[in-house]
Order: sequence, then C-alpha cells, then structure tokens
Amino acid sequence: MIGIYLIGAFSIGIALFLNKNKTVSHVLMGLFLILQGVLTRHSYLHIHSTEWTYFTYDSLAVLLLIVLTIIAIPAFIHSHIYLENKLTPPYPRAVYYSAFVLLLTAISAGYLSNHIAVTWIFTEITTLSASAIIYHHRSKLALEGTWKYVFICAISVTFIFIGILFLSLSMGGTGSDDLSFQNLHTYSSKLNPFWLRLSFLFVFTGYTVKLGLVPMFTAGVDAKDKAPAPAGALLSSVLMNLGFVGIFRFYIVIASTSLHQWANLIIGISAFFSVFVATVYMIKVKNIKRMFAYSGIEHMGLVMLGIAAGGIGYYAAILHIILHAFVKSSLFFQYTQLYRVYQSKSIYSVGNYFKYNTSGALVILFGFISVTAMPPSGLFVSEFLIFQSLFEAHQILLLVALLLLLTMIIWAFGKNILKIVFLPLSEFDESNVPKISPWESSSQFILLTFSVYLGLNPPAEFVQLIKESILLLSN
Amino acid sequence: MIDVLLITFIITLFYMAIANRIFTHINVLAFQGVLLFFVVFLQLNEINTLNLALILLETIVFKSIAVPLFMSYVLKRNKITRETEPYLPNFVSLIIVTAIVVITILVANNVKDPHLDKIFFVVALSSLFTGLYFIATRRKIISHVIGYLIIENGVFVLSLAVGNEMPMLVNLGIMLDIFASVLILGIFLNKIGDVFNDIDVDQLSNLKDY
Repeated sequence: MIGIYLIGAFSIGIALFLNKNKTVSHVLMGLFLILQGVLTRHSYLHIHSTEWTYFTYDSLAVLLLIVLTIIAIPAFIHSHIYLENKLTPPYPRAVYYSAFVLLLTAISAGYLSNHIAVTWIFTEITTLSASAIIYHHRSKLALEGTWKYVFICAISVTFIFIGILFLSLSMGGTGSDDLSFQNLHTYSSKLNPFWLRLSFLFVFTGYTVKLGLVPMFTAGVDAKDKAPAPAGALLSSVLMNLGFVGIFRFYIVIASTSLHQWANLIIGISAFFSVFVATVYMIKVKNIKRMFAYSGIEHMGLVMLGIAAGGIGYYAAILHIILHAFVKSSLFFQYTQLYRVYQSKSIYSVGNYFKYNTSGALVILFGFISVTAMPPSGLFVSEFLIFQSLFEAHQILLLVALLLLLTMIIWAFGKNILKIVFLPLSEFDESNVPKISPWESSSQFILLTFSVYLGLNPPAEFVQLIKESILLLSN
Repeated sequence: MIDVLLITFIITLFYMAIANRIFTHINVLAFQGVLLFFVVFLQLNEINTLNLALILLETIVFKSIAVPLFMSYVLKRNKITRETEPYLPNFVSLIIVTAIVVITILVANNVKDPHLDKIFFVVALSSLFTGLYFIATRRKIISHVIGYLIIENGVFVLSLAVGNEMPMLVNLGIMLDIFASVLILGIFLNKIGDVFNDIDVDQLSNLKDY
C-alpha cells in the first residue's frame, strides 16, 4: 500500500503542477485526499506490519496519520477558498497545490518510516515543498521568509545528517550496520555512549527546526507568517508533529541506555527556554499570525517537558501534540476570514469581530479557550497531566516557573484575542467588509469539538494507541 | 597521504578566514572539492566501483566545477561587490578559526574509538564550526552560502570516515549536498538577486512581530 501511495501521490503532485485547469486540479486534489484516507485506513487495519522494509505502521505513526488526514480535508477546502478569493492565476495555484500534496506525502512517509535515514530524507523533502508554499505570494517579504526558512532548514538538516553519522560511529562495537529504530533499540546497551551523546545533540538540534523549539525555532515563525494561512495550519500542526516523531523515535533508543537522564536534561533545558522565549514574544507580538506561531512554540515546549519528566508525561505529551494539532490548525483556518474582513495582520487594525462575522468570532473565542487550556478544552487534560508528571518528577521549582510563564502567556494572548473579538475600532470603513458564510467556520467548530471530545472522553482505541506508542518507554 | 590532504583542507580554512575577496573564497571551495576527490579515491577502497565512480564524479563535477562556476556567475550577474565585508577584522577571524581547530583537536584526543581515524573527526568538526562562524560574522548572503558549503564539505569528510562500512551514508551525504545546494543556490540566490539590489542580510530584516 505504501508503494501505491507514494507513487500515486507523487504522480498526482506532478499532474497538479502541470495542469492549469481549475476543475481538473480539484478532481486531482479529491483523488489525493481519497488516497490519503485509504492509506490511513489501511495503516489502521494492518497496524504493526512493515512494508517496503522501511515503513512500519506502528501506533504513533497511525495516530499521527489519522490526525493528518483529518486536518488535510479542511486544509484543502480553505486553500480553495483562499485561492479563489485572491483570484490566484493558474501557475501559482498549480505550484501551491502540488507543493501541498508533496508536503502531506512527505510528512506521512516521514511518520511511517522506521529508519532514521529515511525519516531524514522525508524531512528534507518537507523543506522543499514548504518553501514553495511559503514563496506563494512572490513578494519581497515572502522571499525573505522563504530564504530564512530554507537556509535554517538546510543547516538543521545537515545537523541531523551529522547526528546520523555519529550514530553510525556509535554502532562500531555492535557489529551491525542497520540504522533502523528497531535495531538501534535492540543494540542500545552496546552503543558507544560518547558518539551517542554527540549524535543525540545534533539530531535533536536539527529537528527543533521542524518542532519549533529553541534553538532553531525562528525559521518556523517566519514561515508560518508568510505562508498562506491554510498552509500555515499544516506547518504549525502536522509538520511540527513530524519534528516530534524525529526526536521521539530517537529518544526511545536513548531512553534505554545510561544516557537517559542526560537526554532528559537536554530536552528539558531546550523545552523550558522555548516556553520562556514564547512568553517574551507573546507579550510583544502585534502580528496575529505570528502570535499563533509563538503559541505553537509554547505548546511544543510543554510537550517536550512532558517527555523529559517521564511517567505520565509520555502519555500526556502524545495526547497534547494531537490535540494541539487540531486546535492550532482551526485557529489558522479561521485567520483567513479575519484577514478578509480587516485586510491586516496587525492587532491595532482589528477589533469588534463579533459584529462582522459572528461564527468566525465564536471560533476565535473557542480557539482561544482551547489553546490556553481552560476547561472544557481537551488541552486542559493533557496540560494538567504534564504538570502532574513534573510534580511527580520532583521538579517543583521548574513547575512554578512554568506556571508563571503560562499565566503571562494567557494574559498576553487573552488581551489580544479579546481586543479582536470585542473592542470596537474607531476608524474602520465598514462598507468594504465582505459577507462571510457561517459554513466556512464549520470545519473549525468540528476540529475544536473533536479536541474537546478526545481530551475529556477519549475512546478506548485512542487511549490504546497512545499507550502502545510509549510502550518501549515504560520504566 | 590522506593525512596530508586533510591537513591541507584545514589550511584552506585558515586561508578563508583571512581572504578578502569573494572570488578567493569560491576558488578555495573549488580547491576543497579537488582535495575531497583525492581523499575519496584513497579512502574508499572497499566499496564497489560504480558507487566510487559516482562519488568521485560528484566531488569533481559538482563541488569543484558546477557550484563555483554558478557562484561566480551569480556574483557577476548581480554585480556583488568583491569584498567579503566581515563584521570582525580578518586577524580576529584567523584567531577564532585557530581556536576552533585547537579545541576540536583537544576534543578528538579524548575519543577512544578504534573504528575512527581521528583526523576525519577534527576536519569535520572544525569545518562545521568555521562554517557557522562565517555565517554568523559575514554580511553578504553569498558569504552565508559559502559558509554553508564549507559545512557541507566538512560533513562529507565525516561521512568518508564511515564510508567503507556504510557506503549508503556517503550517498545520502551526496544527496544532501546536491539537494540543499540546488535549493539554496539554484532557486533562491537567483531570486534574491532579482528582487534585492545588493545582496546584503541587512535587507532581510523586515519580518517583524509588530
């Protein structure tokens, strides 16, 4: 199936690139979504099986694949609305759609791959496709964002490669040269700790560019700012999850060696600084899209703190990353409507959104409640469990500092969001405000409700999948 | 013989630290490609001929001919001034690069691994950090690209250290080389040249939070 999927998706991508007809491109996108759905269903039915040597349908991959497929459908619908409203000419539209397909394909394959080098290859392909999307507007600013993204990603991807080389050196004493995660886990006790340490440092630093942690987070923020918002939704949800997969699979290997505590320390430092940096920027930020992007950095910091704390934190981290993907993507989808009303990204020229688009304002408000983890948000549950894991790991000081930072984030975020939805603008020309159909907000409501449902009342299969993904970590 | 080549490689890093013209940097990059060609030839004696030919082709054609030619073309077409315009004087750069090399040698001395020739490790890490240093302290985007290419060359040296056991990794390194260079050079250096008049990072600071 993975063979059919990869070949089918790449051919659809090429066809989309060559095709200039609007109807044909919609049919092709529909075909791709069906293919994606079939792969997801197939992976769920054939869980734990391996195809083409390098692709395994393990629990984590299946979970994230389901998330990706669910988000891909509204992402396509909103991309269509976006491109129509902007009256996009055929060529940029063709590039956008084919890059969109290539991005989703590469992310799916990256989730499924069971070999560190294969994950790395697909991570590199996401850079290529994401850069084509970020450059969509072909303006000076878009070029700046794209250049920064490409350059920082190129360096990070090189870092991951250096990490893989060090990892292969650490295999020196084992007599095996197979770099699949399974094999690495089997030989984990025999890996040379010196090289393993270096390797983890480089691989971790490299993947932070996709995950959005300190030190490489900057590129992702610029990218989400300049990319069209429906694509920004993908960059800030499923692509971040790919970064998580890259780090998490390696973490499973290192967690069964003597370097477990050291790795926790590295992850913990990076994660805490990410929350800190996110707080600082959230207080200052006036660009709504970048505000959402910084909020993503905060959440990834929380996720990695859960991983570093261990125990219930592993479960909470996976739950958090899934719920965050739903919530953050719905906020980004909503952003396109906001922009259509005000024609501005700046918080200063936005206000009283309830008056112009009631359903959209409700999404923003519910999205805010969800993303700041206030009940009944599903993220409340996962964040609570992360705090619990930090408490159980006796990191009280860290927990207190973290809670202080989160309070500041809620304050900054709330101040801006409440201004968007309630405060009337003094000088605003209402004559040009377009009428926006409430149906355009329906997908966001579904995603937000879904995150509440999964958080508060998770189905047994869902819990089972998460538990299986962290099975190798239970101590 | 490999040692001599790799030590020459390190000397080229020192030379780059004090070189003032971008053309010199590009020529040194081409020379590094030639050095890598011979290192590959001497080092990878256990892998099959076809693969070896591919790797040799990549070093000589891609690293030492195509990329330098393309960069000098970009340089001429966009009329980029010849100076590298570092933020720090060359003398300081030289000292810093020397410090980087000395520190990596000290680190390498602590490595106790019979599977690794330490000189590969030293060369790889020093070019990694030298490249990062160049990126951090140069004003022009093309100098950033040169810094990135130095990193690539260093990584290539490291991949040669394990090349006999895992030839796949060398091939992956080549893939990274070509892929990233084409992405960076081919599309964006060209585009940036079209949009911005003089390619300078100061012009790339318009993405702001407010």
